[in-house]
Amino acid sequence: MIEVKDIVKIFDGHVVLDHVSTELRDGEVNMIIGQSGSGKTVLMKSLIGLHDLDEGQILYDGRDLAEMRNKDIRMLHREVGVLFQGSALFDSMSVMENVLFPLEMFSHLNREERQARAEFCLQRVEIPQHLWNAMPNEISGGQQKRVAIARAIVLEPRYLFCDEPNSGLDPKTSLVIDALIQDITREYNICTIVNSHDMNSIMEIGDNIVFLKDGRKEWQGSRHELFDSENEALNDFVFASELFKRIKKQ
Amino acid sequence: MQFLQHIGEYTLLMGRVLRWPDRQRMFWRQYSRELEKQGLQSLPIVLIISLFIGAILTIQAKINTENPLLPTYTVGLLTRETLLLEFSSTILCLILAGKVGSSIASEIGTMRITEQIDAMEIMGVNSANYLILPKILAFLTMMPMLVIVSTAIGLLGGWAVGAFTDIITVHDYLIGIQYAFNPYYVWYSLIKSLVFAFVITSMASYYGYSVKGGAIEVGRASTKAVVNTNIMILFLDLILSKLLL
Repeated sequence: MIEVKDIVKIFDGHVVLDHVSTELRDGEVNMIIGQSGSGKTVLMKSLIGLHDLDEGQILYDGRDLAEMRNKDIRMLHREVGVLFQGSALFDSMSVMENVLFPLEMFSHLNREERQARAEFCLQRVEIPQHLWNAMPNEISGGQQKRVAIARAIVLEPRYLFCDEPNSGLDPKTSLVIDALIQDITREYNICTIVNSHDMNSIMEIGDNIVFLKDGRKEWQGSRHELFDSENEALNDFVFASELFKRIKKQ
Repeated sequence: MQFLQHIGEYTLLMGRVLRWPDRQRMFWRQYSRELEKQGLQSLPIVLIISLFIGAILTIQAKINTENPLLPTYTVGLLTRETLLLEFSSTILCLILAGKVGSSIASEIGTMRITEQIDAMEIMGVNSANYLILPKILAFLTMMPMLVIVSTAIGLLGGWAVGAFTDIITVHDYLIGIQYAFNPYYVWYSLIKSLVFAFVITSMASYYGYSVKGGAIEVGRASTKAVVNTNIMILFLDLILSKLLL
């Protein structure tokens, strides 16, 4: 579990995160939602430790991120898997080499065990074997996302961060990626944090939703509670389209 | 002020680069890739340029030394000294700064803007060490060989002028390139080239690593890397010539 306690982040005198507190739970898909500029990305980068906080605490299962030294943060990062918006696959490496990379860097497995683990992860995200030696630019955007998920989970992380996982994907592929993230979260009891704009994703897999507005936490709840919420800002954001307004009324 | 900021950031980056690699096996794999990419792939351009420059130097030396008071071997002597002292170390490095430097800056810059470097950092990898150290060491390894090959091929270009034209005789040329040979000049050339190899790879890596923005910024970083590396090479050439000669 990740506990966020009263965090403040200021850039050039502008308060980007204003006393945000929340809990991000294990075995659940924790979604951070909000309009562009609401502070979602800054919150996610602060959680990963890419931004230093001005105030507050972030606790990874009781371990305070601010009190960690660089070496401790690097160790913590080995428990973290990240799925980037643009997949961020290493373009000089094949699909298989991308998934093997964290294993070769950090695991103490022998060559056969590393290979077996990478094959297992690629099979888990349903990448066909004939693509294992392809380069990232030779596979589709959806396949790239799946390879990135395989790379993110290959070291069996305790925390999985996904930044706009459906960005640039068609609706059908987005559903596949959502289902995969949800399945992996349940299967390995990972604390998954998803930064998303995608209403379908929020409705499909959001177990614990944190809504940010102007750097403040405006609302928090499950996707079921979302429908019954009376929060005006949340309803304006989530049910912005006519279609979603009609769904809410029904 | 900005200049001092660049120096500070470059120093901090080198502090992260010049460390023992996390995984030896991964380092050697990267290193061997870089040997091929920076060294062997630079060989064709080094061969072509050196051959032509050697020939051109010989022709120009002949034109400028047409004086009965000067011995006929002067042409070979001038060609050898110019190749050894300046062309095969400094001018070759200026050319390679364009080829290798821009390639490094754009490769690392693209990795930066496509979040590949962030991905490494979040995995807990020292991305600066993993990406940059093999490039620096591979180019440092290959550079002396490129300098020696360049000098030899340049001298061959001069010989070809003697062999295939009537500008100079092969006999006079061969006497000239052996006359009053100072072996220290070879060391001088190699020392300079090693310093320039470090400058090319480290500065290009710095400009690539510190890219912020999109594809246009990668192009700008690549251009800046080449221009500033060239200036630094010429500046260091001046200092090293004063110190070593």
